[in-house]
Amino acid sequence: MPEIRLVNVSKHICSELNITIRNNEIFVIIGPTGSGKTTILNIIAGVTDYKGKVYIDEQCVDGVSPGKRNVGYLFQGLALFPHLTVFENIAFGLRAKGMKEGAIKERVLSLMEMMRIKHLSARYPHMLSGGEKKRVALARSLAPSPQILLLDEPTSSLDHQTAKYLRGEMIDLLRKLRITTVYVTHDLREAEEIADRIALISHGKIEQISTPKDLFFNPQNESVSQFVGMPNIIECTQSRILTSGLVEVVSDEMRMILPYDGGNIKKIAIPPEDIYISDVKPPGPALNRFMGKVEEITRYNSAVRVKLSTGNKTLLAELPIAAFDEMNIEEGKEVHVMIKLRRLRYVES
Amino acid sequence: MKNKTGRLQWAWGALPVILFVVVWEIVGRFNLFPGQFFFPPFSAVMKEFYDLTANGILGKNFLSSLTRVLIGLFGGSIAGVFVGVIMGWKHMVNKALSPIITLLYPIPALGWLPLLMLWIGINEMLPITIIFICSFFPVVYNTTTGIKNVDKSYIYAAETLGASNIMILFKVIIPLALPNIFTGLRLEAGMSWRVLIAAEMVAIPTGIGALMIQAESLVRVDIIMVCLIVLSVMCLLFEKIFALAEKHMVGRWSSHA
Repeated sequence: MPEIRLVNVSKHICSELNITIRNNEIFVIIGPTGSGKTTILNIIAGVTDYKGKVYIDEQCVDGVSPGKRNVGYLFQGLALFPHLTVFENIAFGLRAKGMKEGAIKERVLSLMEMMRIKHLSARYPHMLSGGEKKRVALARSLAPSPQILLLDEPTSSLDHQTAKYLRGEMIDLLRKLRITTVYVTHDLREAEEIADRIALISHGKIEQISTPKDLFFNPQNESVSQFVGMPNIIECTQSRILTSGLVEVVSDEMRMILPYDGGNIKKIAIPPEDIYISDVKPPGPALNRFMGKVEEITRYNSAVRVKLSTGNKTLLAELPIAAFDEMNIEEGKEVHVMIKLRRLRYVES
Repeated sequence: MKNKTGRLQWAWGALPVILFVVVWEIVGRFNLFPGQFFFPPFSAVMKEFYDLTANGILGKNFLSSLTRVLIGLFGGSIAGVFVGVIMGWKHMVNKALSPIITLLYPIPALGWLPLLMLWIGINEMLPITIIFICSFFPVVYNTTTGIKNVDKSYIYAAETLGASNIMILFKVIIPLALPNIFTGLRLEAGMSWRVLIAAEMVAIPTGIGALMIQAESLVRVDIIMVCLIVLSVMCLLFEKIFALAEKHMVGRWSSHA
């Protein structure tokens, strides 16, 4: 699978972009809405004109039509052909290549089986749910066996559970296919979960390209740091290796057990979504749990942010509105604070 | 339950028609309208309908009109779709033809009649040409709009999947423009009958329109009414045929059709 290289590429908001996407990697482009993420995918696919040069496997593809770039593209709006059935949508690219009917049927059936949409074969797109449409669109983009896969916010507009499930499946699939993938999202957690490397783009400029860990702990400038925005960074006073896979870190009066794979730990970072709070004592072992006081409650469209004080530290927790409303939590109240073990991140010295 | 509601709705829709016929019959039969010769009852109109059918006059004239409509509408629609597709697909063609189409489209089809009488003469080609013109321009307009309005993302998707321009046109763009194309066809299907009758009344000695003009000179209101009923039914029927064709071709995939 090929390497993709953009050299001094400009289009719309994007100016003088220089990006190298390595063989077989899952390269995530993240950034706020309108930052130029989709434009980069359109440039690689060749569905838009641009200034600069694009190389796929060291071959300059400027002027090469989209169909000859061997790229699979999952559009943000999916662009499933409404007048074709699921089967015909997936078969479209194979027919375009002039494949024989028997081979088309075999390939489409195997893709439908892989994406678990075989039962939807005769349906039209308007008869499908959001998640089903995404699967069909993914199968369609994979059908002609592309060497590059471009995914534009593939889990957007899905409910949280479906998005999580589809994301998991997609990671497995991409690892299995070993295909060079460019994945656009504005969800930081999704980027971290799926990426080999992340490019943060803002106002059409690449701010940083690095591994997810580097992006979180070594933001190269203010803009990255603001976007990553990890408010719960805790300095560690001491750490003790418990087993080869676990370490105990101490920060003042807080003691936490973390997954460990070597190095000295100086700081840990906890995403607000990974701090759970409860008004009643939760069952289970008292691991990574503390008592905290609710200082401030702020409601947003889809979540509630709760500022907590525990000892001399302030933590920020984020809960889904439904989960928050089920509990009896108000400012000034003492609550149980739990930190999800596997989501803790740490910085090695 | 659903059937019962359906029957009730049908009855509710049929009721005004039945009432209309009953009032018509009463007014005609009891001379409630000034001048009985000018307002025959519904039953007299139906009797005339039977007589005209039995002696073959209605059939002969109807067949003349139907042939003209079919040839004119078919020719105008095919040409309209063809030109509309090219205009919608090729920007340069659209740029070149658009001013001419924009200038000619607003002219009412019957406005061409005096000119065509001089150019073509009074023969079978005259009403056919009028219907051709009547169908052509609106179908061009709707087809061009339909083709141009196809979402670019479908075209990009087809391109990245390796489709050729011809495949994109025939497998993506035209099918997606069908709802718009059918809107033009459906409207013109009914309109062509209206235009034909007017043309026949003015210039052609055969057909339903000509029969109406002959009836008028003989003060045969019943015959005029028979012709109007035939015209009304044919307008509705032609529009319905295109609506059914649209449902058959587009209804399966369009949730709005």
